[in-house]
Amino acid sequence: MDSSQLLGITTFTYFFSTILYAIIFIFKAKKLGTPATVFTIIAFLVQTAGLLLRWQESYTIGYGHAPLTNMYESVIFFAWTIIFMYLLIEWKFKTKIIGAFAVPFAFLAMAYASFATGINKEISPLVPALQSNWLLAHVVTCFIGYAAFAVAAALGIMYLIKNTSESRQTTNDESLLGTLPPLKVIDDIIHKTMVFGFLWLTVGIITGAIWANSAWGTYWSWDPKETWSLITWFVYAITLHARYTRGWGGTRIAWLAIFGFMSVIFTYYGVNFLLSGLHSYGSN
Amino acid sequence: MNKTNPVVSLFASVKLALFTLCLLAVTSIIGTVIPQKESFEFYAQNYSESTARIFQVLSIPDMYNSWWFLGLLSLLSLNLIVCSIDRFPGVWKQIKKDNLAIDLKRIGKMRLSQQWNSDKSESELSTEISNKLSSNGWTTDQRKRDDSLLLFAQKGAMTRTGVYIVHASILIIFIGAIVGEITGFKGSVMLPETQSTSSIYEFGTSRAIDLGFEVRCNRFDIEFYDTGMPKAYRSSLTVLENNKVVLEKDIVVNDPLTYKGITFYQSSYQGYQDFILNITDKKTGVAEMINLPFQQRGTLTQHKDVVIGVINAETMGQSVSRLKVWFKDAEGPASVFWIPSGEEVTVQRADTEYIVAGKQMYATGLQVAKDPGVWIVYLGCGMMILGLFVAFFMSHRRIWILLKPEDGTNTVLIAGSANKNKLGFDKTFENLADNIKSN
Ligand code: HEM
Repeated sequence: MDSSQLLGITTFTYFFSTILYAIIFIFKAKKLGTPATVFTIIAFLVQTAGLLLRWQESYTIGYGHAPLTNMYESVIFFAWTIIFMYLLIEWKFKTKIIGAFAVPFAFLAMAYASFATGINKEISPLVPALQSNWLLAHVVTCFIGYAAFAVAAALGIMYLIKNTSESRQTTNDESLLGTLPPLKVIDDIIHKTMVFGFLWLTVGIITGAIWANSAWGTYWSWDPKETWSLITWFVYAITLHARYTRGWGGTRIAWLAIFGFMSVIFTYYGVNFLLSGLHSYGSN
Repeated sequence: MNKTNPVVSLFASVKLALFTLCLLAVTSIIGTVIPQKESFEFYAQNYSESTARIFQVLSIPDMYNSWWFLGLLSLLSLNLIVCSIDRFPGVWKQIKKDNLAIDLKRIGKMRLSQQWNSDKSESELSTEISNKLSSNGWTTDQRKRDDSLLLFAQKGAMTRTGVYIVHASILIIFIGAIVGEITGFKGSVMLPETQSTSSIYEFGTSRAIDLGFEVRCNRFDIEFYDTGMPKAYRSSLTVLENNKVVLEKDIVVNDPLTYKGITFYQSSYQGYQDFILNITDKKTGVAEMINLPFQQRGTLTQHKDVVIGVINAETMGQSVSRLKVWFKDAEGPASVFWIPSGEEVTVQRADTEYIVAGKQMYATGLQVAKDPGVWIVYLGCGMMILGLFVAFFMSHRRIWILLKPEDGTNTVLIAGSANKNKLGFDKTFENLADNIKSN
């Protein structure tokens, strides 16, 4: 068994997880709650094994680096952190329905990594600029932030769906959306995940700056990727301030969570393909 | 602060902060879409002559250093300073507040409060409660209020400063950047192997900057992976002062050399059509180096009879992997042999043996930076992470306990509040109250 097989399996297990959570949501099949969680945990462990195996394989080949160095590996790690974050939230807030919104993000990431054309799955050696311990710190912290923002966006979508139906007065506790957590609870979790993501994004930007300084002697050079990460950071800083000091909440914050995540996706993905700069290694 | 002054209240407002942050976010996009620091001709060609002129007026080609972008950053800083001066004294008052002077009527009206009766005496109750609180990490004060006794305990009062640590950290990062800009420099130098330099060239202006010492590149090597991808760029550098060696280090990308606050980073290289050959006579031990252009013969100064030349070379990409050397001394016919670049070969001659090492000649591209502000920036970064952690995850929690005599027994009234994470505190409070209530 090699890592690409394990990671291939993961794509399908996350798909199946998504279906399970969707069934719980749509058919109110509460009984499936525990199986869905158990299944997702197993899928997560398979993916963890896949990542570790890939790490070990890179040592066997003689390149020896953490599996975080190209688009393929980073998308897979992104999926991994989303599931990790989701499981944490499920455990902390004791609600399964969020899975129907969050797990698809991980599935989509895995599907992209597995099936997109022009994505290099080889374990390739590290070019000199990437040979730094800061690589690990930088990538891991950024992706914890990104994953939290992904979950916040998923919750934002959930909030908006529930909110529109409530304002149409079609909801009662019997209906589909009645199974979603109360709006106030969703709002609270959105805020908490964004706060968590903001802290990690901050650490991610800082570790990136320290790395750049140790490689080039400039901690900030306004290259497109850096600049976009700062723009994303501004978006969330604005969101948090709007909430703290102007009392924003509910629909507005839900939209900002989605908007913020679009900025994350552009920082992570769009910049590599649409703009050029120091980080363009990510595009191969 | 004078809040009636509209200018002051504008600069103290969070509305302005939100406006400035939005503007910064939106305008920052410009520089990621329009290539930066290109020539006027570049913009004229890629856009149009008139667009290029508009760009020039608005400093778009170097927008992150433009007057208006720096102006926005200054506005944000001023906003932060005024806002903090406006609010911090209030927060400090909260931290230093005499919580035992609270209006007793407020205690029972707090969101979290519980009340019960106890047969124990006031002094018994107060010692018991203090002990229980202190075993949970709360230190208690008490004061007689009329006929009642008020106890107060708190945790994390200082966490109220978290937000201000974050805001101050932003200013500190800006200060660090300014210090670096004023007292530091950034430049580069292309240094051929075996040569030294005492000055480098500033980015942008190309002005020569005197280092105050000399740096020599002894050797530059590229290592490759099997795939042909570069694995490491390595320069062996020597720092000299008054022709004396003071520091030697091999640098690679991500591992620079620093001397007297000036740091040399491996950043690029350039291959020459020249070769460096090292010849050692095994018998006498005399070693000598010669620098030769491709397909030209050279003679040595110490081994007077030796004639040597590079007659062929195999390349991999831009760099030479093997070189073919023609070698002759006083005795016998010429030897012709291949040397893998950077390695050595023993040549058997009639009279003696020579060790010949050969490699393509390179110049190493060094990025050179002096930035005394970087430690201020790092301090700011550390403060920001710390401050965010405190602001997001810690809270100021307070507990009041009022012991009131009533018909021979005592009423115990316990109330608490937290400035953040109220749900989390609900649990803590209930556990504490239960703990105190028991026995
Ligand atoms: C990009 C820069 C900024 C960052 C990262 C930032 C960060 C934060 C954070 C983390 C909080 C925490 C809120 C809490 O936990 O209660 C906060 C609150 C706040 N910020 Fe900022 N801030 C920034 C810029 C500004 C500016 C320019 C102002 C200017 C007026 C400002 C004014 C405030 C105020 C008034 C609060 C609420 C304080 C309170 O709750 O007492 N911030 N900020």
